[in-house]
Amino acid sequence: MRKQALSDEILLKIDKPARYIGNEVNCIVKNKEEVEVRFAMCFPDVYEIGMSHLGIQILYDMFNQWEDVWCERVYSPWMDLDKIMREQDIPLFALESQDSVKDFDFLGITIQYEMCYTNILQVLDLSKIPLYSVDRTWDDPIVIGGGPCAYNPEPLADFFDLFYMGEGETVYRRLVDLYKECKKKNVSREEFIREAGKIPGIYAPSMYQVEYKEDGTIQRFYPKYEDMPKKIKKEIVMDITNTYYPEAPVVPFIKATQDRVVLEIQRGCIRGCRFCQAGMVYRPVRERDVEMLKDRAYKMLKNTGHEEISLSSLSSSDYSHLGELVNFLIDEFKGQGINVSLPSLRIDAFALDVMSKVQDVRKSSLTFAPEAGSQRMRDVINKGLTEEVILRGAGLAFEAGWNRVKLYFMLGLPTETEEDIKGIAYLSETIAKRYYEIPKEERNGKVQIVASSSFFVPKPFTPFQWASMNTKDEFLHKAHIVNSTIKEQLNKKSIKYNWHEADVTVLEGVLARGDRRVGKVILNAYKNGALYDAWSETFDNEIWMKAFEEEQVDIMFYTKRERDVEEILPWDFIDVGVSKEFLKREWERAKSEVVTPNCRMECQGCGAAGFGGGVCFEAKN
Amino acid sequence: MKLRIKFTKSGVMVFIGHLDIMRYFQKAMRRAEIDIAYSQGFNPHQIMSFALPLGVGVYSDGEYLDIEANSVTSSEDMKARLNKVMVEGVTVESVRLLPEGTANAMSVVAAADYIVDFREGHQLKGFDMEGFLKFCAQDSIVVTKQTKKNTREIDLKEYMYRIEEKDGKIYMMIGAGSANNIKPDLIMKAYADSIGEELDELALKVKRLDLYGDTADEEGEHNFVSLEDFGEEFHE
Repeated sequence: MRKQALSDEILLKIDKPARYIGNEVNCIVKNKEEVEVRFAMCFPDVYEIGMSHLGIQILYDMFNQWEDVWCERVYSPWMDLDKIMREQDIPLFALESQDSVKDFDFLGITIQYEMCYTNILQVLDLSKIPLYSVDRTWDDPIVIGGGPCAYNPEPLADFFDLFYMGEGETVYRRLVDLYKECKKKNVSREEFIREAGKIPGIYAPSMYQVEYKEDGTIQRFYPKYEDMPKKIKKEIVMDITNTYYPEAPVVPFIKATQDRVVLEIQRGCIRGCRFCQAGMVYRPVRERDVEMLKDRAYKMLKNTGHEEISLSSLSSSDYSHLGELVNFLIDEFKGQGINVSLPSLRIDAFALDVMSKVQDVRKSSLTFAPEAGSQRMRDVINKGLTEEVILRGAGLAFEAGWNRVKLYFMLGLPTETEEDIKGIAYLSETIAKRYYEIPKEERNGKVQIVASSSFFVPKPFTPFQWASMNTKDEFLHKAHIVNSTIKEQLNKKSIKYNWHEADVTVLEGVLARGDRRVGKVILNAYKNGALYDAWSETFDNEIWMKAFEEEQVDIMFYTKRERDVEEILPWDFIDVGVSKEFLKREWERAKSEVVTPNCRMECQGCGAAGFGGGVCFEAKN
Repeated sequence: MKLRIKFTKSGVMVFIGHLDIMRYFQKAMRRAEIDIAYSQGFNPHQIMSFALPLGVGVYSDGEYLDIEANSVTSSEDMKARLNKVMVEGVTVESVRLLPEGTANAMSVVAAADYIVDFREGHQLKGFDMEGFLKFCAQDSIVVTKQTKKNTREIDLKEYMYRIEEKDGKIYMMIGAGSANNIKPDLIMKAYADSIGEELDELALKVKRLDLYGDTADEEGEHNFVSLEDFGEEFHE
């Protein structure tokens, strides 16, 4: 019989007990007596979200290929179980062995979005691991963070022993070996952390000191010891074809958000949209070999039994073998009742052709992401999509029978004017009008346009990292301008407009560009009940506002304040390959409304070529 | 060709609900490369139906699903292939070929039998086996049954085909299926009410043993046949 961390009584009382029992198809169970290192890999959100994350699937597969390591999964218990675990003093456990996380050697936490920060504290707390790194002993696992938010780890610096900058496939082996060696030599935990911090890509926050100026900006950021690196350079895999990629990912019993085989076709993006952190930090673009992807498609479908396969990348249309791959998937699998889903395609004749093969035109909708309403604004953000291109795509789609369109925009972008804001309404209206240019007898009923806007959050390592962010009131005011402009237009009944929560956006802004002093606000909010902040049903802004007040941390300092380009930013010690000079240049070009060509059109010398591969060297091959 | 698959459910798998078990088997068919038939249309789905949903927390030695297959190998081979892709807690017991024209398990199921026990620490106060059996031996046991839409009075006795003690636990064979579905809890609750005690939600540990169709003779005398026996083993 398998060990069960939760009693039958608890499992019968809580929602979706399948979140906590493990035992899924393809999960890896090893004999714990036969492994040397136990790694708990955590996604600090609910199971269905965490299980959908590709990065963990890749690392889970990698670790478990190593004979001396057993990697297991951990997710945040949902609110119902959280309460029971606290009441009954049940420690958090990993799914496979159902053993306490506290007994593991490592607890790796992927940090995918800012609003999961309180869940990180929940995971530590329920695991009975001291929240602050300094309070931990060898009785506790080494707590290591990674993922996109690790590119500004400073708000979380006090809670983590280590951070991993970049792609996990490269230096975990070195870290595990160092750990084994240090344990054998019986060195102190602090000594291990210090040594680990010398591995490329690994950041040991406790080994660094920050001093602030009177105005609150950073005076100096420096290592406490001479032998610690001054800069941490991100790690990336240059050959993403011959590396770890699972052939048999774990199959959840309950429906996860991604209930399908996912093929990651490339990493990085050539586009260089100035708001987009992923587009900068994952440079340079590296493509996977199409034959490898075909092979994985077969194996993963066979080993999981999933009935759907999907492609993943930041911009699939830029993958050079897209046509070949998509046609292969349709030809091979469509007849076997397997759906092929194609996210993030630029809408053009090719996209519409393949989409009409894989989905029911009448029932599906098309997605455009103009990101901004006016051409001027799109030039500022370097989104190379013109109104003409959007209308051509929409026109083709309408003529082919589609009548549902989703449009994604952002509000609060740098230099935004009222005309730019109203542009969202105008563009939506123009698309609706384009639909009604089709003769009535050829139309498929009425057009349905859903325009959504999120509020812009400036992110580290983007040309907008210095930009001022809007306040909540400014955001809401802008959303109301869009809404009322839509309501004044002819096709108001065909256009539905949604906007994102403003409270949570402001908070995201503080955490995204925060420094070490923000950590105590996160702790205060957590202690006062903040949890699952990414979920509107559980998010409580009051708790956070009170936390800022009690900890005397000024929200506006982190959000509204435009940074001087000479200011030392909290994340400046990280080298993501893209240089600060390039970002400054792009910031200037943004303000002058100048578009920058993409990586394939003309190299901008961003610095990513320093990694020695990918798109930077395509033309030279 | 229509196949009937019998499987068991135990261990942590009892916490996986009916809809997820359906999804689990859909994926298992693909992993085992069973040549299952698909429906027509834009989103084809596997032709598969389950006999009777099993409640969360209930163990079972006899669950059934019927599938339509385009081609088959042998009972042994298909069973082995399915078991190779099962997780701990679900085991395929048999794969049998149904004669042409056999009705779906879902429409045939008429009775189920169970072993009912009390969960440790949740014993029903005042329970004694003798008293319970005497309670069950009454001529009629009328209770109000809550359905989705309304409540109605039913006489449980009509659907209680056999109740007895087995190794200190309760064995019961009772009505099941769309027409006369009652659950062990309903009987246990009626008994608890009769002795003036409250049956707590987690009190019962239930295991379903098998599902039966009713091949009643002309006089209407019940003749329960295991769903498994509607089909036959087949060979290459």
